[in-house]
Amino acid sequence: MIRIEKLHKSYPIGKDSLHVLKGIDLHIKEGEFVSIMGSSGSGKSTLLNIVGLLDIHDEGEYYLNGQLIKDLNEKKAAILRNKFLGFVFQSFNLISYKTALENVALPLYYKGMNRKERLKVALDYLDKVGLKDWASHLPNELSGGQKQRVAIARALVTNPKVVLADEPTGALDTTTTDSVMDLLKDINDEGMTVFVITHEEEVAEQTKRIVRLRDGVIISDTLTKAAKAQ
Amino acid sequence: MKFLFDSDTWQEIYGSIRKNKVRTGITIIGVLWGIFLLVVLLGAARGLENSFNKAFGNFATNSVFVWTQSTDTPFKGFQKGRRFRLNMKDIQVLKSEYADKIKLLAPRNQTMNLIIKDFKSGSFKVSGDFPVLDQIQKKKLIYGRFLNQNDITSSAKVTVISEDIYKQLFEKDEMPIGENIKINSINYKVIGVYEPSNTIDFDGDTAYIPFSTFKKVYNTANNIDWMMITANDGIDIEQMESDVLLTLKNLHKVHPEDDRAFGSVNLGKEIAKFTGFLTGMQFLTWFVGIATLIAGVFAIGNILLITVKERTKEIGIRRALGATPKSIRQQIILESVFLTTVAGMIGIILGATVLMIIDKFFGQGEDATLVNPTVNIPIILAAFTTLVVLGTLIGLIPAHMATVVKPIEALREE
Ligand SMILES: Nc1ncnc2c1ncn2[C@@H]1O[C@H](COP(=O)(O)OP(=O)(O)O)[C@@H](O)[C@H]1O
Ligand SMILES: [Mg+2]
Repeated sequence: MIRIEKLHKSYPIGKDSLHVLKGIDLHIKEGEFVSIMGSSGSGKSTLLNIVGLLDIHDEGEYYLNGQLIKDLNEKKAAILRNKFLGFVFQSFNLISYKTALENVALPLYYKGMNRKERLKVALDYLDKVGLKDWASHLPNELSGGQKQRVAIARALVTNPKVVLADEPTGALDTTTTDSVMDLLKDINDEGMTVFVITHEEEVAEQTKRIVRLRDGVIISDTLTKAAKAQ
Repeated sequence: MKFLFDSDTWQEIYGSIRKNKVRTGITIIGVLWGIFLLVVLLGAARGLENSFNKAFGNFATNSVFVWTQSTDTPFKGFQKGRRFRLNMKDIQVLKSEYADKIKLLAPRNQTMNLIIKDFKSGSFKVSGDFPVLDQIQKKKLIYGRFLNQNDITSSAKVTVISEDIYKQLFEKDEMPIGENIKINSINYKVIGVYEPSNTIDFDGDTAYIPFSTFKKVYNTANNIDWMMITANDGIDIEQMESDVLLTLKNLHKVHPEDDRAFGSVNLGKEIAKFTGFLTGMQFLTWFVGIATLIAGVFAIGNILLITVKERTKEIGIRRALGATPKSIRQQIILESVFLTTVAGMIGIILGATVLMIIDKFFGQGEDATLVNPTVNIPIILAAFTTLVVLGTLIGLIPAHMATVVKPIEALREE
């Protein structure tokens, strides 16, 4: 599903450049549930953004669903994101003036689905994350956990190949963290590839594979107990 | 173009407008004010022009009046300060020499006389005229008719009096037509009563009698006091004025450079001064209106730009969810066009309403200052189209800005 080889990424800072990813090799197969761990500034988000086609890498190769990602224009990138990827962010990134239902339905709008159908599908997904009754509420009327569940519904609504989550529980307390992780596990159980960034061991333990980053290189890549138990 | 008819497109625009009420309001007011000013100013300028035209309406505006004064240069054996009079021979010469230029020519003789009817009397101007006067200076008749050619040929003792003369000499509701009045102790039959002109008028309350009758009764021989000349359409009235004066100077042995011998007023020239003022005002109107409009459109562009910056994060989210740059651009441009269109329409409607109110308060009655203040539909359509085109163009800038940044940079924005 995701295949990364000798990937490098630097950020220009003034005249210098900051070498953030220094040759990453990573292969994630369909249906995996992977977490990336590492201290702050180790390049986790950078990696995820490249995988999510929100940013571009400098060197190395990246294949998404077998397709080499190279010299992609924004239009093609937008279509690939819409088709293959679902995003979950730490700060939820819901659109404040749209209801929960409309937020979930938005990716389908860019897919070209008509409004009626869109809202119907979106409602199904809201139901799936247990928020059917909150469909007509605006984001600021929802709790943090609810917001993140709406965001997850939005990430799933186009039925993507991979769900990418950058510290999805970073802004949540323990109970809501568990409910969000349970949701991600359910999704993974249904066959979805899930790729999470976290710096909480308890969260990482609930995934099936942990990749540890330090200073832009992978220092370990192990299966969790949960995976071994299966 | 399909996206234009897509209810979702409008849903998105409605959402973003509803979210940014203040910005939307300010934007709309900017453009609205511009087109509103344009409509009202153009309408008012037109109203002024109309009332001006109305004031001169009964008058052929390409007219020259000519009379004699006294010479200021000795010439051909005559001393300076010589007095002389215009006569019917001059009229003949002018008529034949300027046959293709002169449309109407009215020689006139005038005097003041006591006019008596039974026991009532008053002193009024008496004017010996030809029927052609009615064409140069239209008379609105309340009763009867104006002088005609028969009256001239037969030197009839008939008169056309003003409404004021009628009111002073006659009983209320008395039928004047066919009644006799005494002018300078001679009986004249009243054949018409005319309304005083509410526009410019050089005669005032006058009793008009046939030119030929005047000549006999007052012994004026072939002399005339002054003349009114109206030129054919398209004739340069100033040129004609100087040509006619030269001919007359020649006929009366007056030095060609003598500026005092003849007095003349060129109505066309006087009007041209005022028309120039009107044109200037219209130019100013356009200038102010268009400048305001452009300012309004720039305000829209500017505000959209600010909005795009404010919404960078939202646009980033949308792009992460699969919005193509094209769809983002379309939305922003459509928003700009939509705002300008709505603002433009409201501006036009408000402007038209104000013009209607102006018309109601200043455009009614005889001495209205702004008659029928209107704006041409094509002008409005042109202004409106310009507005929408400018709205589109100005929307391109923020639309472009919204899509040049990488999605991740947009998302990082707080
Ligand atoms: N747009 C950017 N420009 C410059 N430096 C950046 C940019 N984004 C991230 N960085 C730097 O790259 C490093 C890795 O960042 P990031 O991938 O966000 O780390 P993590 O998510 O693991 O905390 C950090 O030192 C960060 O300051
Ligand atoms: Mg990070």
